[in-house]
Amino acid sequence: MTEPKKKTPLYEKHLAHKGTMVDYSGWLLPVQFEGIIAEVRQTRQKAGIFDVSHMGEFMVEGSGAAEYLQKLVTNDIATLPDSAVRYSPVCYPHGGTVDDILIYRYNREQYLLVVNAANAAKDLAWFKENLGKDVVLADISSETAEIALQGPNSLSILSSLTNLPLDKLRYYHFIPAVELAGVKCLVSRTGYTGEDGFEIYCPAGGAPAVWEALWQAGRVRELGLTPAGLGARDILRLEAGLPLYGHELSETLTPLDAGLDRFVSFKKPVQFIGREALLQQKRAGTAKKLAGLIMLERGVIREGYAVTAGGQEIGWVSSGTYSPTFEKSLGMAYLDHELAVPGEAVEVIIRERAYPARVVKTPFYRRDKNAMGNSRGV
Amino acid sequence: MQWEIRAGYKYTRKHEWVKQDGNIVTSGITDYAQDMLKDIVYVELPAVGREVKAGESYAVIESVKAVSDCYAPVDGVVIQVNEALLDRPELLNSDPYGAGWIARFEAVAGYEYPALMTDGEYETFVRQEEAG
Repeated sequence: MTEPKKKTPLYEKHLAHKGTMVDYSGWLLPVQFEGIIAEVRQTRQKAGIFDVSHMGEFMVEGSGAAEYLQKLVTNDIATLPDSAVRYSPVCYPHGGTVDDILIYRYNREQYLLVVNAANAAKDLAWFKENLGKDVVLADISSETAEIALQGPNSLSILSSLTNLPLDKLRYYHFIPAVELAGVKCLVSRTGYTGEDGFEIYCPAGGAPAVWEALWQAGRVRELGLTPAGLGARDILRLEAGLPLYGHELSETLTPLDAGLDRFVSFKKPVQFIGREALLQQKRAGTAKKLAGLIMLERGVIREGYAVTAGGQEIGWVSSGTYSPTFEKSLGMAYLDHELAVPGEAVEVIIRERAYPARVVKTPFYRRDKNAMGNSRGV
Repeated sequence: MQWEIRAGYKYTRKHEWVKQDGNIVTSGITDYAQDMLKDIVYVELPAVGREVKAGESYAVIESVKAVSDCYAPVDGVVIQVNEALLDRPELLNSDPYGAGWIARFEAVAGYEYPALMTDGEYETFVRQEEAG
């Protein structure tokens, strides 16, 4: 039985902008508007606006909230100040990944968790199953919309809607209440593109007004805002070397497999779920290592393709795409350690033919904080 | 209709066009097909001289999001390929019936052409596809 597809509060906006709608984890979302390549370039050079209302949001509140989260997630949140955001994997006792999430701390007893849409139901069950004392967990996904405004012009666009000094808002920090177009929003300086930008959370009913205000503010030629879809979002995150659950992380791939060691705190004085297994894996070493690949010839690296070296299979592609920023194909792959070294020559097997590729450092793309929009990396 | 369907061409259910001149047949993808694929970034062409059977995959088109096969319109031999597509795959998006042609085939002697759609029939077919 197939459930009816869910529409975000911005569904009508996407139709009005001629978005190509697709089913993504049960949600009807635009995969693209004008074109994926154009949307990626525009977001890197100017700004892009993305509907990410499909993401799940949970509130965790109570005197036991901090203790509960410390046990649930792998990163250390004891050092997370008020109005700051932290990224963390969540693991099973066997070390495999439940999800990777963002944790927003309002205060010691109040947190917002933002989870992947595809994992929201599974996460909720897991978080409930492990619920601690004096904690209330509430799923606020359906009444919460999320808009991502990304790109070098994001600050100018958002600043035109509020008098709050957004330029002072530091990366991975947030303002709990910002009034935008008459709607009370949470605004964080976060994103999934490798660009400067903001993520804006608001009540579902207010989302169209916020979206429209951002669109009107940003559509002027100097600011160059474009609506952007899931296709551009996936490429932007891959160019920025950011993992995506279901690709680089999964129930069988641990955060250590994905090279996310700095988000697993063995030092925190809490027996977090998965600690034993992860510690054992850290001592023994991972089977493969996640590495960046670029194609040296034409052809597009795609998920699932085998990677070889001298005819021997050495790994597999976890994510791949054509990169508009580098005008060649790139991807991330799980490879044998001795070959997961920048500069190594490997081959990607595309339709039974070996195409030459090179192992490179990730992120592929790193924004130049002085001269915005310029790329370095590959 | 928002997609161009050119008169004088024949069409397949795989959204490819065929232009026949005696036993020489040129093929490409339709405007509708390129609009569905969007942003074509790479084309893998067959070797000239390759023998093909009608319906067999002879070329591969990669858009940003997807990999698609092209199917041979006849039993025959590839006699020419559009090498411009190697450097400018976007020609498939911008001019699918012209500069974006993919390959030319010589049909084997006595090859019996299957009934392909006329432009009018293809338009009806696209409307049906769109209606889901």
